[in-house]
Order: sequence, then C-alpha cells, then structure tokens
Amino acid sequence: MLRLKPDARHRVTVTVNGKRMSGFAEPRTLLADFLRHELKLFGTHVGCEHGVCGACTVIIDGRAVRSCLRYAVQVDGGDIRTVEGLADGDKLNALQDAFSRHGALQCGFCTAGILMSATQYLKENQKPTEVEVRDMLSGHICRCTGYEQIVRAIMDVAAQ
Amino acid sequence: MKPVAFEYCRADTPDEAVALLAEFGGDASVLAGGMSLGAMLNMRLVRPRAVIDVNRLTALAEIKQRDGIVETGALVRQADALESDLVVREVPLLALALPHVGHFQTRSRGTLGGSVAHADPSAEIPLCLVTLGGSVVLRSRHVRRVPAREFFAGVLTTARQPDELVVGLEWPRRRAGAGYAFDEIAQRHGDFAITAAAAAAETNGGKITALAFGLGGVEDRPIAPDVARFVGAPANDTTARQIAAEIADRVTPIEDLQGTAAYRRQLARVVGARVIAQAFARCSG
Repeated sequence: MLRLKPDARHRVTVTVNGKRMSGFAEPRTLLADFLRHELKLFGTHVGCEHGVCGACTVIIDGRAVRSCLRYAVQVDGGDIRTVEGLADGDKLNALQDAFSRHGALQCGFCTAGILMSATQYLKENQKPTEVEVRDMLSGHICRCTGYEQIVRAIMDVAAQ
Repeated sequence: MKPVAFEYCRADTPDEAVALLAEFGGDASVLAGGMSLGAMLNMRLVRPRAVIDVNRLTALAEIKQRDGIVETGALVRQADALESDLVVREVPLLALALPHVGHFQTRSRGTLGGSVAHADPSAEIPLCLVTLGGSVVLRSRHVRRVPAREFFAGVLTTARQPDELVVGLEWPRRRAGAGYAFDEIAQRHGDFAITAAAAAAETNGGKITALAFGLGGVEDRPIAPDVARFVGAPANDTTARQIAAEIADRVTPIEDLQGTAAYRRQLARVVGARVIAQAFARCSG
C-alpha cells in the first residue's frame, strides 16, 4: 500500500519520450499540469479538464488517454509519450507532415491531443476506414477546421 | 478547475482497498479509470478526504466464465472488454453497447465496474446489466451479490454501502438462438445517451418465447420493465412497436438540457421499437 499526504509534494519519476524525468506533485496534481509546469513540456494542452475536449491526450503505457483525468502520482514509473516526441529535431514525422500539408490545424490548440490519439490509433489499426477515423476523432473537439482536413491527413498517413 | 487536496491511497490488494474504505467511513472515493470521478474531482463536485486508487488490483481485471455466467472483474477496461472474444461470444449485448461508451481515448482507461458504481442514468453498461438480469458483486468484510435491477437506486446512487468495493459484474451467458440489439440517440456518437435501448429476445416458430427490454437515460436509473405478457405474441415489427409504445406510455422521463420528457418518451417509443425488432430479426428460433 502507498499513502501520500494531501498537502505534501511527492517525487514522481516517469519516462517521457524515452527520457527519464523527475519532478514533484501533490496527490491532486493532474498529469497534464505535471507535464507542463513541473517537466516544462508545454506541448500537451489543457482544455476542459474533465475529459471531454481531448486536447490533453497523451499515450501512457501504450494507450491513448486523457492526462487531465490522471493524477501525476498515479503514473510514477510509467512510460509517457507526448507530442514533443513525434518530430526528429526539426524534421516532422509523417503524421505531422500530413497535418501540415492538408491544413489540418489552424489555432493548434487541439492538435497535440489529436496527433497523439492518431499515433496510437494507427498503431492499433493499420488500415482504418474513414468512418472509423471519424469515430476515433469523436473523442476530440476542434473549433477551427471542421475536421475534414484532419480526416484527410490521417487517411493520407494510413494509406502510406 | 483542480481538485481539493486529498490523501492518495494506492491499494495493492482488494483487502487493502476494503480496509481503507472502512477507515475513511464514506469520506473516500474509489478511483478506477477516473473517467467520471476525475471529472467530478476536477470540478469539485466531490471533495473526498481520500482517493483510493484500485488500478493495481490486477486480480479484478480478469474476464472469467463459469456455469451460466461470465464474470468481468470491476477493473476490466472497456477497450479490453470490446476486444475480448469471450465477451463478444457470450455477452453479445455488452459487445454491441461498448462502442457507444465514450470514445477511443476514454474506453482505453474507463472500466466496466467504474461505470456501474458511478450509476449515470444514461450509461450503457448498467443498462445492459439490468436488461440481462445480471448482478453486481460487492466486497467488504463479506462478499455479497446484488441483482442489477436492485442495485441502481437513482441518479449516481446505488445499493453499495460506503465500506463496500465493487469487485465484479456477473453477466448471464448468451442463450442459444437468442437475438440481441442495442441502440441509442446522443448529441454525437460517444456522448451521454439521451435515450438508450437494449433488447434480448428468443423466438420459436415466429412467436416470442422470452423477451427482456431495457431503457437508459429515460428515468433516473436504467430500467427493465416487465414485458412477460408479450410472450407468445408474433415476433414481428408490429409487436415491437406495440411493446415499445406501451412501455413509453408508462415511463416517467427525466428532463434536462438535452431533452424534454416528451422527447425522451418519443425516443423510448422509436428507439425501443427499433431494438426489439432487431433482436427478433437476430433470433434463430
């Protein structure tokens, strides 16, 4: 059994994009806030904070999940992939490149979450139909694109 | 928003979780997938003194089959249930409903037991359990089974006592030749159902020999009205419409921003008739 006091900060060590990182969190600290404010990884965005908008989606231990519905202390020892891990330096990966070419983002607030969802989804489903991609996207809210370009970008990568 | 400060307790065994529940005497929340509790904590709708994390109780993440029952541990993730051959083969109604439960990004973490313990009136998993006449397994110092039809007591309210942990769900196994159907109307796919309907039917020579019908999102809890008097009636679209219309006339629908009572009653009639007819069509008797 592990018990952590409410008002104290506890050390949390995680592997983020292959790199071991460590910081401190109260039990109530959201993983999303821990990534941003403690590990200074500002690519993961915080939107609704109740699991609906999808902006904070990251991959934890091989599953696309909401980082606003996870507390940092829960993830101690875990493996996390965030949007910062997609590009190789300045070189965009295939999914990011497709988003760029298809105009699949405008303000970009929702983009990090969608990229992480799509990354995991395409790993589990190599040849999805457009209907399936739209179903996966129902877990995200984008107020700029109308989704069409996002669907095209993901279908483009799936076809590669 | 952010939660109020809470003590974080991570149980490594069910016994530890139960001991923690007893210690905090109702002022603790059990954290499984956190798809509902996380939102409620973040919005400060709940302010427990302690959060008991049960995610390491791997013994509760198993799906097992025995006698006429499939038992899903409370911690089985919705995505894993959807991928389970046993669930698809033996509890087809649940397999039909799961794609409507949240989204790819929430089914990956959300659990079967969590949805049942949370008891949202529109939730699909409780509706399936009620329709099929399954049970909820609870553990404190003792283990007890509560029939699903008695477990749900109202909005976010169940028969679970403060010192009890939901440890599993018992699903009656598929009946040979039976047909199952599930459908719902929501603002967008994966959102809370405004109205959901589920049906399990058996027929012989074109006549109904067994029928269960359930509605979610209509009343303050999932309901499975008594439809026994239709046994013997022809298993066709006309009967399906008649059954759904009769039940729709009898329900007391809730009202909220998503729909008026009249709209929910109409959905119960239309979606209800659709799933009953589908269940008939899928019977091989």
